[in-house]
Amino acid sequence: MPEAAVFQGLSWNPLTDLADLFSYAFMVNALEAGTIAAVMAGATGWFMVLRRQTFAAHTLSLIAFPGAAAATLAGFPLAAGYFAFCAFGALALGGIAGSRRSLSDESAAIGSLQALALALGFLFVSLYHGLLTGLDSILFGTFLGITSRQVLVLLVVAVVTLVLLALVARPLFFSSVDEDVARASGVPTRLLGIGFLLVLGLSVAETSQITGALLVFALLVTPAATARELTLRPWLGIVLSVVFALVVTWLGLALAYFSIYPVGFYVTSLSFGLYILVRLATAVARRSATAPLAIENA
Amino acid sequence: MIQRTPAVTFVDAAARLGGRTIWSGVSLQVGQGEFVAILGPNGSGKSTLVKAMLGLVPLSGGWATVLGRAPGEANTEIGYLPQRRSFDAGTRVRGIDLVELGLDGARWGIPLPRTAGRRRAATRVAEVIELVGATEYAHEPIGHLSGGEQQRLLIAQGLVRRPRLLLLDEPLDSLDLPAQGAVAGLVRRICEEERVAVLLVAHDVNPILGYLDRVVYLAGGRAAEGAPESVIRSDTLTRLYGVPIEVLRASDGRLVVVGQPEAPFVHGDRHAHA
Repeated sequence: MPEAAVFQGLSWNPLTDLADLFSYAFMVNALEAGTIAAVMAGATGWFMVLRRQTFAAHTLSLIAFPGAAAATLAGFPLAAGYFAFCAFGALALGGIAGSRRSLSDESAAIGSLQALALALGFLFVSLYHGLLTGLDSILFGTFLGITSRQVLVLLVVAVVTLVLLALVARPLFFSSVDEDVARASGVPTRLLGIGFLLVLGLSVAETSQITGALLVFALLVTPAATARELTLRPWLGIVLSVVFALVVTWLGLALAYFSIYPVGFYVTSLSFGLYILVRLATAVARRSATAPLAIENA
Repeated sequence: MIQRTPAVTFVDAAARLGGRTIWSGVSLQVGQGEFVAILGPNGSGKSTLVKAMLGLVPLSGGWATVLGRAPGEANTEIGYLPQRRSFDAGTRVRGIDLVELGLDGARWGIPLPRTAGRRRAATRVAEVIELVGATEYAHEPIGHLSGGEQQRLLIAQGLVRRPRLLLLDEPLDSLDLPAQGAVAGLVRRICEEERVAVLLVAHDVNPILGYLDRVVYLAGGRAAEGAPESVIRSDTLTRLYGVPIEVLRASDGRLVVVGQPEAPFVHGDRHAHA
């Protein structure tokens, strides 16, 4: 087990530490997987925050949990469980969004689905009388034991989804901010809505494999929210969101490697810390920008 | 006789929604570059008329052409502003981005920066924002702007593709009286400068009366069309509603319609206490 390496702590030479970080195949795999998941989560997260679909994404993350538990129970790879359940959940959410007219009906239906997902997850875990440590990593993430095969699957899924997302980015942006006019201009808004939920489901599935099902928001929501604090420009916002997701993932993985605390904790705390810093900074900047205006008005 | 193809022609048209006839026997013609208001009480089918022009609601009788084609087939040449569109303070999207979406938002693919096409698009967007007088605040988040400022940017969005017909569904709805007059004046100017026909759905004719070419008045499932002074008259509206209606002219020129069966629809009543 590579755990021995995890506890060895920092030396006084950062270069040695960095070399140390890359000397284990499992760590390189973790960094690669984290990078892929961060790029995907950063990009889709920006659209998700814009579309105010955080609740839907939360539900998808809770659907990822029974997915992983069912895969463990059936002896399939975890990734298969994540992808299958999240994709199915996305289609279910798309069906709910299409059939309901009011927003409150929609969120109530999504909430019901969420409860069912949690219950199923718990059932599968109970049926599987195996190691309970598996539950921890399903819920809160792990960076150990990611195989190069898994990295390849993550990469293929991410590349396909991101290319598709890039091709529909403009009409998706249009239908997210101005749905009626987009529809009148010939944008298939309903199809795009379902397609985006599917992309969101795949992103949740990818991110779950690093941060765990419960902490996907550290990469999906927080970097996007931070980027939206900084810029209103759509394309710059997406780039910033991806950059923030990457930075917190890399730092989180490195910190987890040199310490005894779990990776999910580091990624989440870093991402939250960055968000708070940026919010404070923009509040201060806004204040100094409006101060002269206030004098003018007086 | 109108020489050129009219922008909109309806002949004995009817529309049904959910098994109920909204209006029937509607005939109207809007010439190019004309500014026409669609008036009528709540539920008289004003928005349905606009949607019929876009082909979003099929006609159940009669026929229609829009820009010389069947409704729905000329939509790329129509600028459309749906009803009650305003952005809440949480909408962190810049006005300029919304206007640009009107230009190329329906196009698939990645917009590459610094190409000739992008520069042309940016020029057109800046031009149309200048036209509606929104340059000063086009880079602000649209949710932070006033209703009148939002409306100007939305009109810019509708105009950015150089449409030949602009359909505005209650653009004055949530604006205060000076803003209503200013937006109506802007629309008149656009009609003349850009040679675009405008159909504007309005609840209250008074703020726009001085700018209009003609009105279409919907009530009781029928329509009357013509110059404002020939339509908003006691005898025409009495015929339309089927009950006695009186149109009064206030000393300041405002028209007040009295006696229609459907609740609060008195021209000018909404700002009597404003």
